[in-house]
Amino acid sequence: MNFPEDLRYTKDHEWIRLLADGSTAVVGITDFAQTELGDIVFVETKPVGTKIREHEVFGTVEAVKTVADLYAPAGGEIIAVNGALDSAEVVNRSPYEEGWVIRMKVDNPSSVDALLTADAYRQLIGE
Amino acid sequence: MPFIVNTDQDRAAMLDRIGAGSFEELLADIPEEIRLHRMLDLFPSLGEPEVRRLLENLSMQNRSTADYVSFLGAGSYDHFIPAAIRTITSRSEFYTAYTPYQAEVSQGTLQAIYEYQSLMCRLYGMDVANASMYDGATALGEAALMAMSITGRSSVVVAGKLHPSSHHVLKTYLEAGGRRSIVQNTIEDGTGSLDALNSLVSSETAAVIVQQPNFYGCLEDVEQIGETARKHGALFIVSADPLSLGLLEAPGNYGADIAVGEGQPLGSAQSFGGPYLGIFAVRQQYVRKIPGRLVGMTKDRDGKDGFILTLQTREQHIRREKATSNICTNQALNALQAAVYLSLLGREGIREVAVQSAGKAHYLAGKIAALPGYALKFSRPFFREFVLQTPVPPPAVIDRLLEKKMFAGHDLAPYGDEGLLVAVTEKRTRSELDMFAENLGALR
Repeated sequence: MNFPEDLRYTKDHEWIRLLADGSTAVVGITDFAQTELGDIVFVETKPVGTKIREHEVFGTVEAVKTVADLYAPAGGEIIAVNGALDSAEVVNRSPYEEGWVIRMKVDNPSSVDALLTADAYRQLIGE
Repeated sequence: MPFIVNTDQDRAAMLDRIGAGSFEELLADIPEEIRLHRMLDLFPSLGEPEVRRLLENLSMQNRSTADYVSFLGAGSYDHFIPAAIRTITSRSEFYTAYTPYQAEVSQGTLQAIYEYQSLMCRLYGMDVANASMYDGATALGEAALMAMSITGRSSVVVAGKLHPSSHHVLKTYLEAGGRRSIVQNTIEDGTGSLDALNSLVSSETAAVIVQQPNFYGCLEDVEQIGETARKHGALFIVSADPLSLGLLEAPGNYGADIAVGEGQPLGSAQSFGGPYLGIFAVRQQYVRKIPGRLVGMTKDRDGKDGFILTLQTREQHIRREKATSNICTNQALNALQAAVYLSLLGREGIREVAVQSAGKAHYLAGKIAALPGYALKFSRPFFREFVLQTPVPPPAVIDRLLEKKMFAGHDLAPYGDEGLLVAVTEKRTRSELDMFAENLGALR
């Protein structure tokens, strides 16, 4: 499984990537999460403009057999939702690139550094 | 009903099988202080012939629509139920089955529900109908919760005159969740005031609710009410009588986001108030928020058509406390009755029932309104039910008409209201209507 080094990870299996401006971030679910969920059929998030706190549920991922909550890796505001998720299987195919879920403005970018590194996340899932 | 034997020998065999020495031993864990330690205080036992006689005598005191002419309505109507419905629904494959839990092995049950859902979508003009709910009132409660979940708002506005029992159920549903509220619009001349409504609906309103025809039988201005809801981003919930849709516009055609209804008029017996049928249908965009069960059609790996329970991931056996609702069942038999009823009658038949009911109701209303001391309470258009002002109090009217083997209608006093609510179905004959008016005219 693939866990890019430039991302940070949560125990709930989301990833977050801080962009060059230092406060905009992209959020999605990990390769491990999409594998465990199986065929993803629907992704639903709170609308653009919603303020979310760290660890708050901001949406759901629906697979054939279950529905999982999406937890915010950081506090901030949703500024974009991935339109490509209309075909939700893109999350299975490309969890870190085409299958991103939301872009957000992060309130406190340093909080992202405190999240799990790729190595720590690998340990968490026992890889 | 099977006679289930339970002899000393049977009991001994059961105890032996589970390794208990006596029945008392099974109760050892129940604290002494809450044990009864005596026999129940029951009537002495009777032999089978005596029991039969007792129950038959009791049942003969019932007065039913089989031998009385009924003008009772208020949510439960005496429409004709063709014998074919009973013949089909009493087949044991349908009659003994409960809501499908091990669903896909019951293809027949799933197909019946799928047909029911499809018929409801056509009747109500909606995209998706569920497998049904307990009754019209609980369907309305679920619709309000669904609207709150979709909009993130916590108040609903009742735009017109809702059935008081539905209002009560709605209140019960919303009360359980904390800061949720129901706002009741002003009623003028039997229907909701549009001016007053305008000032009640706001950006805090999750849904505007209307019953059509309303509790009084009157027709609400549903198009304007829907317009008001849309203006404020609130969902529009319509509770519509399914048979009225033989004449009136389908809720989907005037902008309903959620359409619900009490399905009893579609082939279910009145039977003392239940079991009835909760109709529930939504627009496609809300399909993932719909409560209850949904049956879908698919193809198996050999390319053959098959039926499945669909979108189960939002239900409580998978989503636990985050489920869209706590309803995981449906009224399969009543839904089947409705499906058979609609299939039997067809488009023309449904229209005919609606036209006849409305025509006869208007004939009777005109006749009674011409009697001295009587008047229609409201001037608004109505479908098959209307409120009368009577020269003697409604309870007296009802009692006197019982002597004539007629159920005169529903007294509104228990609802803190005034008048006699009279319903007319296609079953009433001209001579029954004339006789009813004549009997009313003779009251002093």
